[in-house]
Amino acid sequence: MNIVVRFIVDLIAGLGHATLTLIHETGAMALFAFVGLSHIVRPPFYTRIFLDSFLETGFFSLPVVALTALFSGGVIALQAYTGFAQYHAQSAIADIVILSITHELGPVLAGLMVTGRVGAAIAAQIGTMRVTDQIDALSTLSTDPIKYLVTPRLLAAIIALPLLVIVADILGVAGGFLVAVFKLGFSPTAYITATLNSLTQQDVTIGLVKAAVFGFIIALMGCYQGYISKNGAEGVGAATTSAVVIASILILTLDYLITDLFFSY
Amino acid sequence: MTTQITTHAISYGEDPPKIRIRDLYKSFGAKRVLNGVSLDIPAGTSFVIIGRSGSGKSVLLRCLLGLIPPDSGLIEFDGENILSLSRQRKKDIHRRINHRVGMLFQNAALFDSLTVWENVTFGLLARKLIPRNKARLHAHTLLAQVGLDPSIADLYPAALSGGMQKRVGLARAIAAQPDILLFDEPTTGLDPLTGAVIDKLIVDCVKKNGSTALAITHDMASAQRIGNEAAMLYQGRIIWQGPAQSLMTSGNAYVDQFTHGRREGPIPVEDDQPQP
Repeated sequence: MNIVVRFIVDLIAGLGHATLTLIHETGAMALFAFVGLSHIVRPPFYTRIFLDSFLETGFFSLPVVALTALFSGGVIALQAYTGFAQYHAQSAIADIVILSITHELGPVLAGLMVTGRVGAAIAAQIGTMRVTDQIDALSTLSTDPIKYLVTPRLLAAIIALPLLVIVADILGVAGGFLVAVFKLGFSPTAYITATLNSLTQQDVTIGLVKAAVFGFIIALMGCYQGYISKNGAEGVGAATTSAVVIASILILTLDYLITDLFFSY
Repeated sequence: MTTQITTHAISYGEDPPKIRIRDLYKSFGAKRVLNGVSLDIPAGTSFVIIGRSGSGKSVLLRCLLGLIPPDSGLIEFDGENILSLSRQRKKDIHRRINHRVGMLFQNAALFDSLTVWENVTFGLLARKLIPRNKARLHAHTLLAQVGLDPSIADLYPAALSGGMQKRVGLARAIAAQPDILLFDEPTTGLDPLTGAVIDKLIVDCVKKNGSTALAITHDMASAQRIGNEAAMLYQGRIIWQGPAQSLMTSGNAYVDQFTHGRREGPIPVEDDQPQP
């Protein structure tokens, strides 16, 4: 009996501890994000770091995002054809491709690719700076570490992700077009006309809003996990893993929530 | 166990000491790291704090820099308590501290993504003390002061040896000619000859700038080369204070055991050897 009671008490204590830790971490992260964002409008502005981060997040992520979007568009066209052919609804392929790419796959795939490429790099870079005292050194040299390290990266990711998603949207649709025309025998003119007819401003807007939110999440997770890392190389490794895992989960969760929000209206 | 505490009085006339620390406490969870540290460091003194790893030396230094807030106590710079201030005032004071304090970190803590000259002049540019177009030339002068060839100015820290990184770190610390210089284990990771060179540079820079220096180290040779005053931190408290030259002959059982590296004495030494 004592063992059962002890097990239940330990279980409740464990849950309580986990809940408190979650609340504490969420609060600390929210505060960190607030401070980081609040510096966007307050000088000094670290233009060089912003441009470096923008290039790293946007330009250098282009190949991986472009390839992913191109093939995803092609896969959707193929899968849609396979399913819709049973109901003689092949003409809806262009609608499906444009909707899937602009609403979901463009922002989500770009977000996940950038998380793996840039979120991890940010966490590793800032984590290394933390464990080698470089962040403390910034403070002693009259420089606010959050303003210097976090704010430019947040801003760069918030701007770069929507631009990447525009490219992903175009290439995703192009992937669908290539498969539909060259493999499935669709008329190019008919496919383009169907694509343009089904494209709405709201589809693109939803994708871009998601992209900006995902950009913020990727940079925030990378910066925060790196900033609080400790215990040398092992700690930096753990920070990098946490940044990628948490950002990926949040991207998928927020993707649903934002879709639901727009769906309601 | 009571700890034997021996100190000698330092006279500094009517002026307050440059740095005054009183009853400084700091704990991390249940572990008390600083247990009532009190210390006066007169202006112009090169003060060395020795102690075992984990004795609280680095935490003390970080409290002085405002990087870690102590739980309680008093820290004064030129008679002004930097801990009992309003939030805005504290911000101002910390800004002023940063202007007045130069710090050489244990592993130099150079910024990996910046070149040597950008590292050296980082603080000057951040405080707008020099225009950017003159920064590189100014960095050359500072590098020459620490015995480095200006040709390394465009290299990144990863391309430098440990000793060179320390010198660049020293150049960065003295760039704004601060009146307080802090050194966190300046010779750690260096061979004895390079360590001696760094110590000499530190002494020269402190003399040239007329700064007050505080170094923490567990390198006895370095402590005696850098310091004219010394103290030992043990279990978060200052247990001995005296002239740095008397470190090896202090007469304090704790200091003697530590400075001579004896296993026998009042300081318990953990046995690192695995038990059969």
